[in-house]
Amino acid sequence: METVSGMDKITMLVYLIAAILFILGLKNLSSPKTARRGNRLSMLGMFLAVVMTAFKIIDPVYVLIGLVIGSAIGAISAKRVQMTAMPQMVAIFNGFGGGASTLVAFSEYLSLNSGYQTLDFSITVVLSILVGTVTFFGSMIAFAKLEGIMRGSPITFKGQQLVNAVLLSFILIIGAFFVMALGGVSIFSQIPPWAYLIIIAILSMILGVTSVIPIGGADMPVVISLLNSYSGLAAAFTGFVLSNYVLIISGALVGASGLILTNIMCKAMNRSLTNVLFAAVGKEAGSSTQGEQRTVTRYTGTDAAVMLENAQSIIIIPGYGLAVAQAQHVLHEMATLLMERGKDVKYAIHPVAGRMPGHMNVLMAEANVPYDYLYEMDEINDDFQHTDVALVIGANDVINPAARYKKDSALYGMPILNADKANTIMIIKRSLGAGFAGEQNELFYDPKTMMVFGDAKKMLMEIVNNLKA
Amino acid sequence: MDSSIIISIYIFVLAIFIGFEVITKVPPLLHTPLMSGSNAISGITLVGSVISASKGQDGLSTILATVAVVFATINVVGGYLVTDRMLEMFKKEKENK
Repeated sequence: METVSGMDKITMLVYLIAAILFILGLKNLSSPKTARRGNRLSMLGMFLAVVMTAFKIIDPVYVLIGLVIGSAIGAISAKRVQMTAMPQMVAIFNGFGGGASTLVAFSEYLSLNSGYQTLDFSITVVLSILVGTVTFFGSMIAFAKLEGIMRGSPITFKGQQLVNAVLLSFILIIGAFFVMALGGVSIFSQIPPWAYLIIIAILSMILGVTSVIPIGGADMPVVISLLNSYSGLAAAFTGFVLSNYVLIISGALVGASGLILTNIMCKAMNRSLTNVLFAAVGKEAGSSTQGEQRTVTRYTGTDAAVMLENAQSIIIIPGYGLAVAQAQHVLHEMATLLMERGKDVKYAIHPVAGRMPGHMNVLMAEANVPYDYLYEMDEINDDFQHTDVALVIGANDVINPAARYKKDSALYGMPILNADKANTIMIIKRSLGAGFAGEQNELFYDPKTMMVFGDAKKMLMEIVNNLKA
Repeated sequence: MDSSIIISIYIFVLAIFIGFEVITKVPPLLHTPLMSGSNAISGITLVGSVISASKGQDGLSTILATVAVVFATINVVGGYLVTDRMLEMFKKEKENK
């Protein structure tokens, strides 16, 4: 074992404190009351870890340049980003984390003095580059899709899964060559070891792209969660390369977090992870499955206002469409007006509402809706049957009853909000189009349903004006 | 066999268990901040990047490490700030009035 100097011991103890602060920070996220403090504890941990590392610095110039540029970009984008664009932001930050892991692994290899290395080192360098590069390029594709730079619909080609499997096998085989070369067993002695690393990086880049392009817009929450997990793993592998425990612990925490969220998202859509990754669902959103023409009852904003005035209990179901129409504030105004009149108003949030886990809660919080009015699906689903009006705005698939019985539907098995159990279902929507999953919603044609066609913001304003009048 | 990699694996596995314990207690209400906050934690690679960038080596090794510092810093600073911005918005009814 290598000897550890006194300074190194202090550094390692401070890293331990940092790791504890990260854990406490995450623990404090268990309640919205302590969450902000938790995030600050986590920041403090990061600060300590970085400052302690600074003592090791031999040449500070490049580090400082990097820190200044990175801080500026990070701070400005964090300030400017719209809450609706949060998924893209998280995706791209993830990508940068992964990219950093790849670069550190390369840099560590290049700064070696001797050609021969232990198995541990060379294996973890390969894994670091593989996971880091896949995370970086996968995240860039996810970003491009969410930002609308790339089409959101799945891009598939024949034998896609086979291609991915072959790519991964090649990466592992070339990785093995690299490990052998560093261990003194050179199969192709004319090829320098760094060339293997470059090939691994290129193949990982292709793998990152090909594994995210077939995933459709509706499945993005799963992908972002998964990439989140990868970025943690990448950090942990970098920790293995550097034998740095704080990296290993933090990476493991984030890896676990991403996996849990991935699992929750999959459950909320009743899909297995393999199904999300390989099935390319959501291909032709909008293609109507029913040819027959059915009639719907159309209502105006005034009708809606009258209905709400006469209701005693109202459950609001907001969807991502609400946020796209920038209508959360008007909605909150309307809800406040109704509450002032003694009505029982609640919000029901489906786990996959929005475009990332918990996204809709953030969007409602942004509109000053207190979080104690926001109810999770399991908390509120039994209340619908005693509710006068279920008001659905910008949501579709999450209330589609087809999910309960229609076995051939992409939605089948997905847990839904029981909006159909309410006495009246009021749906504000632009058109009768199908949702992300491409499944027509029979609830639109239910006699209990009032369809209010139009832009969410305009319609809600109309309702507010009517309520005030 | 070198024992340090074994210790690393021990720590890694145990930390995953802590992660599962702590994170399953986070309510869905806070899943987005959880994601951006944990994302910032994964920027801990910054520590590794700083070590690599400061070795005073010439050439490519330092350039790559410096880019890594930029990337990881974006991840850390951006992640924490945006999480703080979100968490600030979560309020209970009483605080609002």
